[in-house]
Amino acid sequence: MSNVFIAFQHNEESRPLVDAIVADNPTAVVVHSPGLVKIDAPNRLQIRRATIEEQTGRPYDLQQLHVNLVTLSGYIDEDDDQLTLSWTH
Amino acid sequence: MNIDLQAREIKTLRNTYSHVAKVVGNDKPASRYQEATYGAQPMANFHYRPTWDPAHQIFDASRSQLVLADWSVLKDPRQFYYASWAMARARQQETMEANFHFVESRGMVDKIHEAQRRQSLQVLMPLRHVAWGANMNNASICAYGYGNVFTAPAMFHAMDNLGIAQYLTRLGLTLDEPSVLDDGKQAWLDDPHWQPLRRLVEDTLVVQDPFELFVAQNLVLDGLLYPLVYGSFVDDHIALQGGTAVAMLTAFMPEWHDESARWVDAVVKTAAAESDANRTLITNWVQTWTESALEALAPVARLALGEVGARALDDAAALLFERCRKAGVRG
Repeated sequence: MSNVFIAFQHNEESRPLVDAIVADNPTAVVVHSPGLVKIDAPNRLQIRRATIEEQTGRPYDLQQLHVNLVTLSGYIDEDDDQLTLSWTH
Repeated sequence: MNIDLQAREIKTLRNTYSHVAKVVGNDKPASRYQEATYGAQPMANFHYRPTWDPAHQIFDASRSQLVLADWSVLKDPRQFYYASWAMARARQQETMEANFHFVESRGMVDKIHEAQRRQSLQVLMPLRHVAWGANMNNASICAYGYGNVFTAPAMFHAMDNLGIAQYLTRLGLTLDEPSVLDDGKQAWLDDPHWQPLRRLVEDTLVVQDPFELFVAQNLVLDGLLYPLVYGSFVDDHIALQGGTAVAMLTAFMPEWHDESARWVDAVVKTAAAESDANRTLITNWVQTWTESALEALAPVARLALGEVGARALDDAAALLFERCRKAGVRG
């Protein structure tokens, strides 16, 4: 049982991302620090494109999140529809 | 001397303006859309009634028969305020410029069969005037509607329709000589295929109720026209017969229609859900205008697709019924 985390610049572009992560990951904890928003989750954290699109009402390319990505921990499994952080190989 | 630098976090006391917090709460920062939208509608202290409409205040919800306790519930799911809308359209404009450049630089127009090229122009050129009607109508919704949450996207929609008319103009100039624009206007004025649609567009221009106009133009007429013209005609008919260039030069239209349909459907759904009276009212508008629009578009469908035109129009109607059903009104 260890945490994965992902952190974004705290701005208008990352808002729907954070909202989507919170909606999809009930165990996620959002930590704000100056200019930064970090999300911790035990074992696993998933970002789903469909959820972000519900937030914004517009098509979203998951690659857009890298523009505001600061740091992350965990193994990454990503495709066009989701990005998952976990410690399982 | 030793200087020790430390980062200190300063907690913000207020996450947004108080008039926005009244709507969305103060527990987290409000989005740009919320701050740009909420509380911008003038609601009180008007000096005098407009001389051109003394029965109403200058901003007056009673211009529509639709009754809402609070018009700011008609949110745009796309969350467009001026900047986000302009940036989204700028990106799409770049794509369209690239498409035009691609078609022109590779001589793709010469690869379209003469019959398909002529038929494309015959169907698409008069639609410049339909798009202009949609521009006028959405400007009217913006002028006479109530609540900037509802009227601001209507203005964006008006400008989008102007852009569509301009793309059609450029398509005409790319596929043919400038005189093709005059030919399109002549067909719009004289050709029997277009007269029922011209009558319908002119009928919408004088609709007084802004929400009825919204239903007539944005939900019903466009909801039938776009799947018919850009789906059945351009994509399934012209593009499959060597007219890929036409599909590229109109790529914006079906993409825009799908995107803006989310806004139109959300507005209708929210308005209908507020009361049975609203639901009945919208249902009546949808049914009345659908009947007229299907009649008006029948000859256009025939002109575009010949014998299969009627079936393509039925398909478009089925799509519209489905959208209405999801929005909670009977089509």
